[in-house]
Amino acid sequence: MLNFILRRLLQSVFVMLAVSLIAFSLFRFVGDPVAQMVGQETSIEDQENLRERLGLNDPLITQYGRFVGNLVQGEFGFSYRTRQPVSEMILNRMPATLELGLVSLLISLLVGIPAGIYTAIKRGGVLSNVLLISTLIGISVPTFVIGIFLIYLFGVELGWLPTFGRGQTVQIGWWQTSFLTWDGLKSLLLPAITLGIYQLTLTMRLVRAEMQDVLKTDFIKFATARGINYRSLYFNHAFRNTLVPVITIIGLQLGGIIAFSIVTESVFQWPGMGLLFLDSIRYVDIPVMSVYLVLIALMFVVINLFVDMLYFAIDPRVRLKSAHG
Amino acid sequence: MDTLLNISQLSVKFPTRFGEFTALDNIDLSVAAGEIHGLVGESGAGKSTVGAAIMGLLQSPGYIASGDINFMGEQLGSLSAEQYHAIRGQRISMIFQDPQTSLNPLLRVSEQLIETIRQHSDVSHAQARDRAISLLEETGIRDVEQRMDEYPHQFSGGMRQRVVIALALCSDPELIIADEPTTALDVSVQKQILALIRALCTTRNIGIILITHDIGVINEITDRVTVLRSGRVIESGPTAQVLGNPSDEYTKALMAAVPRLDKRLDRFRNIVSDDILTKENTSWVVEGASSKLASDWLLQDHQFDTQEPDDNRQSILSVTDLAVTFYSGQPGWFKRDPGFKAISDINFTMRSGQVLGVVGESGSGKSTLAKAVVGLVDPSHGEMIFKSAVLPPGSRRARTHPARRQIQMVFQDPYSSLNNRQKVEDIIAEPIRFYKMASDNKKIRQLVASVLELVEMPQSAMLKYPHQFSGGQRQRIAVARALVARPEFLICDEPTSALDVSIQAQILNLLKDLQQTFGLSILFISHNLAVIRQISDSVLVLRNGALVESAQTEQFFSAPKHEYSQMLLRETPSLAMLQKQL
Amino acid sequence: MDSTKKSSITESWRRFSRENELVYLFLRNRVAQLAAFIAIVSVGAAALANFIAPTNPYDIASIDIMDSLIPPAWSAEGESRFIIGTDDQGRDLFSAILYGTRLSLTVGLLSIGFASILGVTVGLMAGYFGGRFDAIVMRIADVQLSLPAILTALLIDGIARGILPQDKHDSLMIVVLTVAIGLSLWVNFARTVRASTFVERNKEYVQACQIMGMHPLRIMLVHILPNIMGPILVILTVDLAVAVLLEATLSFLGVGVPPNQPSLGTLIRIGTEYLFSGEWWIVIFPSGMLITMIISINILGDFLRDALNPRLR
Repeated sequence: MLNFILRRLLQSVFVMLAVSLIAFSLFRFVGDPVAQMVGQETSIEDQENLRERLGLNDPLITQYGRFVGNLVQGEFGFSYRTRQPVSEMILNRMPATLELGLVSLLISLLVGIPAGIYTAIKRGGVLSNVLLISTLIGISVPTFVIGIFLIYLFGVELGWLPTFGRGQTVQIGWWQTSFLTWDGLKSLLLPAITLGIYQLTLTMRLVRAEMQDVLKTDFIKFATARGINYRSLYFNHAFRNTLVPVITIIGLQLGGIIAFSIVTESVFQWPGMGLLFLDSIRYVDIPVMSVYLVLIALMFVVINLFVDMLYFAIDPRVRLKSAHG
Repeated sequence: MDTLLNISQLSVKFPTRFGEFTALDNIDLSVAAGEIHGLVGESGAGKSTVGAAIMGLLQSPGYIASGDINFMGEQLGSLSAEQYHAIRGQRISMIFQDPQTSLNPLLRVSEQLIETIRQHSDVSHAQARDRAISLLEETGIRDVEQRMDEYPHQFSGGMRQRVVIALALCSDPELIIADEPTTALDVSVQKQILALIRALCTTRNIGIILITHDIGVINEITDRVTVLRSGRVIESGPTAQVLGNPSDEYTKALMAAVPRLDKRLDRFRNIVSDDILTKENTSWVVEGASSKLASDWLLQDHQFDTQEPDDNRQSILSVTDLAVTFYSGQPGWFKRDPGFKAISDINFTMRSGQVLGVVGESGSGKSTLAKAVVGLVDPSHGEMIFKSAVLPPGSRRARTHPARRQIQMVFQDPYSSLNNRQKVEDIIAEPIRFYKMASDNKKIRQLVASVLELVEMPQSAMLKYPHQFSGGQRQRIAVARALVARPEFLICDEPTSALDVSIQAQILNLLKDLQQTFGLSILFISHNLAVIRQISDSVLVLRNGALVESAQTEQFFSAPKHEYSQMLLRETPSLAMLQKQL
Repeated sequence: MDSTKKSSITESWRRFSRENELVYLFLRNRVAQLAAFIAIVSVGAAALANFIAPTNPYDIASIDIMDSLIPPAWSAEGESRFIIGTDDQGRDLFSAILYGTRLSLTVGLLSIGFASILGVTVGLMAGYFGGRFDAIVMRIADVQLSLPAILTALLIDGIARGILPQDKHDSLMIVVLTVAIGLSLWVNFARTVRASTFVERNKEYVQACQIMGMHPLRIMLVHILPNIMGPILVILTVDLAVAVLLEATLSFLGVGVPPNQPSLGTLIRIGTEYLFSGEWWIVIFPSGMLITMIISINILGDFLRDALNPRLR
């Protein structure tokens, strides 16, 4: 097991190095960092001094090493646009995105998995068909259209829920949370649904397909022939066997949630990292872009490492194989 | 004897887009307690459908069109879904074919047993565990206390099948349906599992329906047998009577097609005609094509002397100290992978125009040997001499190396050995074009049609795609493809193991004819000793990658030297017993 | 089943349609037929936008700002000139939607073409040769997967903004967008093709070719590729929907196509600003068009997936 995790860790480090190389190239080669940092009136000499001070004349490999070193220490440099430290900007925005992502992930799993199991078991049933048709709509209607529609219906026509921003938040240390106020929770609802629907659909379709495959296997047929009751048959025998692929895809989906939070945040003016990233693209704010990139990749890598470890808990075959080498 | 199950006039139908398909047509069957009733038939006979119908697990959209299934006085057809599910496992149980796939991989063996036991009787967890232990002991698993908490993949194939049987016994069922319970197992294990089934049947007084395609198995353990064909009962009665003195033509033909372990036949006779083959359109022909043209063309560069006595023929393939080692897929960066030795220290010489049979159980390395010769895997050690020249390993064998044409292969699975997206014409024409043996399109077309006729296929077959043919016909096409390359050396890797016995007999006949006509040297791989006996001149026995015995065929079958060979011969189910009665 | 000569053509068609899995299932699936119809009409209308559209929305001279925000023709203030009304700059919405659809589909098809060629090539080689090449390519795919499609596309767009001067950027936007979407989707093709190739390459018909000494390139293109067209077709369809969706999303976020050539996403973004003041048509019609198109592509994708994947039936 240790061996396996070490190998995965090594792969993760490789992935992170690759991503940081992309981030570094972004930072170094897209536009001139010095020109971005100083005004028009700065003399060539001053610019050259700055260049020397920043180490931009060093060999590229040294620069890359320094870039990675800074990243590891959490020194992300300064934004071209606001001149603030990037770490501060991102830290300010992070709680909003994480809370939004967490809630929509919960929505997508808590609704998607049961619905997927149901449609796999009750094939051809009325409710199954209704659910299946709605998944088609779920993957086909763009996130932003769903958001606009929800805003129009619940915010404008019915006036029940706020249509933008986080509402009232509570500060715990540096973390601003929406979870502790009624207004915050209300504000969270529409964006979370908007973001969750697409993932929910994907989860449901995946669980359904995997369940259908497992239900066709010999061991399920054998368990049926042994008269095992249907509840145990479906949940203990069948569903458990779908977990490995389902968890894999859910790991991937988390990345999707972070990415689509950009869209949701833009529709709902949600002050998260996505909105920050979008602004940084509009204004070509390279430091923010590259740090965001690295952070997203890091999240993804950590999630996948976690997913790999979950395999051990689920599948004895993986456990055994790794014990032997 | 009290009748357990009585099926009368049962018909099962499957609606399909081509109309309604009758899987079972007015079947009668009855099984008594303490008796093993064999259901035998070739693929498509409907034997598994009988089992599914009794279990109430017919695959949708199949349904029972008419007839009754009477189980101890109860009409199973009139039960509600819940009542049926209560009977399943409790009173009727089932054993599946493949122990690799019939156990839940994520649950411990003990969990699966205990759950099944508690499903059917109101006992505590500890009591259920005790029952599970005694069941596993009864089915012959050793160190039960320790092993029962392991997962299925930690058991070998035979042991898994014992677990499956223990699971089927959990609730003391009165009837067990065993669907090909030993087909996926090696012969040595098969014998033990069959003995176990027999013992359980007698001591527990259970009725067993044993579904199989293997007449050897039927002969070995069943009391009564029903022969099915295309959903109809052909013949039914006590096993010794039906097999020893068949009254129906089909049964006779089926018996005649079973290869005998005890004697070598020149040809299989009295063969069931291949329905589809005769229905085929035979009026469509390519101008000037005939099997004569094909054999003339195939022989034109050959100078084989089939008359010469065996000993004087030159050696065509000789193998010295051959070994193949496989390394696991991931390139190891930190430690050296010791690898898995698929075969090692293999030495043999094959004379030209001979058939060398290679026999062994699964994992013996017989296919690896074939792959090393054709160049699909590289040997890790040793030397191969083909036609007195060193045969380079696959990765270093030039694409234009003459052996690429001279050595051809016929594979096991006719469903994967032909490219489904190509017409038969293109499949067979490919070697001709590739080796540039003819360039004129008209000539090629003529050759393709002729070769098809040579392998006893209608010429019109060239217009179709592989999926339009049955397994046996596909295998003929595969033989035709190998043949047009004008090979001198043919490797047949289990060419008949995916086929029904009657088709197997046809293909074996065909291979024998072709071998004699063209003086081919054939390396014939099979797990079936009886097949080996029918076709080969000499035999190699492989076990776990090592050469165990090498001998002339007749000598081998009359007096095998190695202990393992003797065991193989002993354990193979055969019709020998029957022979005495005839 | 005897047939006279007269009906032999219909007979052979009937037999073909019964034996050909895909055709048979399609002829019995009304929903898939409707979806195919809508998809064909959308593509047709988009391709012929120049001829069908009453005005050219890209031609600034023909647009009159006085015509802005006119509601659809059937409402009280509507004008018959503009069937479904106009947008904030006085563009005829119907024409704008036709041109927008053309742009969306062009970007979608081009990027899918790019992604599939790249992905299929890489996937075939990785699946066939395996070993180190496979390991390296799949690691790259892993890195790529850790950056979801929309992020990759945004990033590439951001880089393009950094490198290209503003005026060039606008004219090259379509190319940038195509590359951005294509690069974010090639992994889907590569992974699927690799997996399918791996299965095929272990089949005996491929081994028969290898024994003959056939060139790997020929084995891959002539033998393996036709056998894995099923999964490729499915991804092609499903990812076309994704590509159109991505383009719309990027345009909605304001980083997609230039504003003077509105795609459906751009129109929806403009429409959103007017939705709350009652000018609903600007957002509703482009959204409707976009959703109908994507749903019909997705229905076709689902149909193909079910039809070509017998294990699910």
